[in-house]
Amino acid sequence: METKKIVYPGDKIETGDLKPRNGMYESNSEFFSEYFGVIQESEKFVDVAPFNSPYLPRVNDKIIGKIMDIGPTMWTVDINSPYYSLLHMNDTPWHVSSGDLERYLKVGDYVYARISVSNEIKESWISLRDNGMRKLETGRIISVKPPKVPRVIGKGGNMINIIKTYTDTKIIVGQNGFIWVDGEIDNVKKAIDAIRIVEKEAHTIGLTDRMEEYLKKMKGEN
Amino acid sequence: MEGNIKLIRDDGLRLDGRANNEMRPIKIQTGVVDRADGSAFIEWGANKIIVAVYVREAYPKHAQNIDRAIVKARYNMSGYSVEERKRPGPDRRTMEISKVVSEALSSAIVLEKLPRAEVDVFIQVLEADAGTRIASLTASSVAVADAGVPMRDLVVGCTAGKADGKIVLDLSKDEDNFGQADIPMAILPRTGKVVLLQLDGDVTEEEFNQATSMMMEAMPRISEIQRNALMDKYSLEDGE
Repeated sequence: METKKIVYPGDKIETGDLKPRNGMYESNSEFFSEYFGVIQESEKFVDVAPFNSPYLPRVNDKIIGKIMDIGPTMWTVDINSPYYSLLHMNDTPWHVSSGDLERYLKVGDYVYARISVSNEIKESWISLRDNGMRKLETGRIISVKPPKVPRVIGKGGNMINIIKTYTDTKIIVGQNGFIWVDGEIDNVKKAIDAIRIVEKEAHTIGLTDRMEEYLKKMKGEN
Repeated sequence: MEGNIKLIRDDGLRLDGRANNEMRPIKIQTGVVDRADGSAFIEWGANKIIVAVYVREAYPKHAQNIDRAIVKARYNMSGYSVEERKRPGPDRRTMEISKVVSEALSSAIVLEKLPRAEVDVFIQVLEADAGTRIASLTASSVAVADAGVPMRDLVVGCTAGKADGKIVLDLSKDEDNFGQADIPMAILPRTGKVVLLQLDGDVTEEEFNQATSMMMEAMPRISEIQRNALMDKYSLEDGE
């Protein structure tokens, strides 16, 4: 199985004509990797895509969060990150009055939300006042490593779409690595298995085709 | 006691049959603790150490550093990890090791990338056989890289010392107990910057230089083991 070029922290990155971007630091006008990961070259840029890294909040990311704590006007939300996020009662579609937050979201509930504000010290606020943003009522939540999320989604969403079609489930992928899967229990199990394979083999080439084959075979079995 | 104990055999090898500049076998494995962000298990000779790394918002809030992360390594020895039972809990020695390991790791981690955060490094020594601070640091550095915490380099460490009047690499338990000096050192291999250097005992300047150059020679070999440990987790998956 072919893999991309792997680098370790401190390894020199040959940028060539491309501009260095994420995951590296400069020293004496040379670039070195900050992560254990793979080199990713696009048209203009070189990035180091880490195999693992904590999720850091970014504005407009659509994420899945878990309610951790309830205050008089705000919920504290776990967003699969070292940093907690906050959800203010006015950023919800409901008419919440202060001190009455538990009626709407309890500790342990999950929400699909957008990060509306994030600052340089990684404080963030999320909002439910957007299209499609809501409380997640049924289904199961799994978590994958945040850097694997783009691979789970695939180019233009094709990876997640084939998983959805072949397993007949509803899936929402939060950009923070939490994934919501809903449907028949057996289908949900199959979808989760498929996502785990993508997470494991994210750094290999030609994964989408292999996954389609795998899913076809799985469907053919019953 | 000193002088009575023979640490170098007549054939010039050490008691365990190693040459002067030979290390004990090292084995590192990553991803051994599921719920940790990163983890590593190291077997360095008879040392067995497990390390788990967690990244989170520093708590309590007043302990947070507004513009960078803090690194908290906690070295802990199991009661029966040593010949004579060690009374559990922190003591002067373990607190010292926690401190030097934290500081060595801090110089490798890109702290500014994780403001207000805390990188918790839990080091549990299951079996100790000389050189645990360096083994802990070597494993911690792998565990931190496994956690995906941005690092400038993988910290790598090694020890040397003086036994029976001779400079030897990677002291064994007997050489540590009955030798004349013990020098642990850790560096950032890319730049060669020293991030940990301690000396316990007596050596001349010449012997000290000899010890450090011996260690510098051994560092790339340990570095290679660290890298292979990180890689193993992914190549296994390739083999499917």
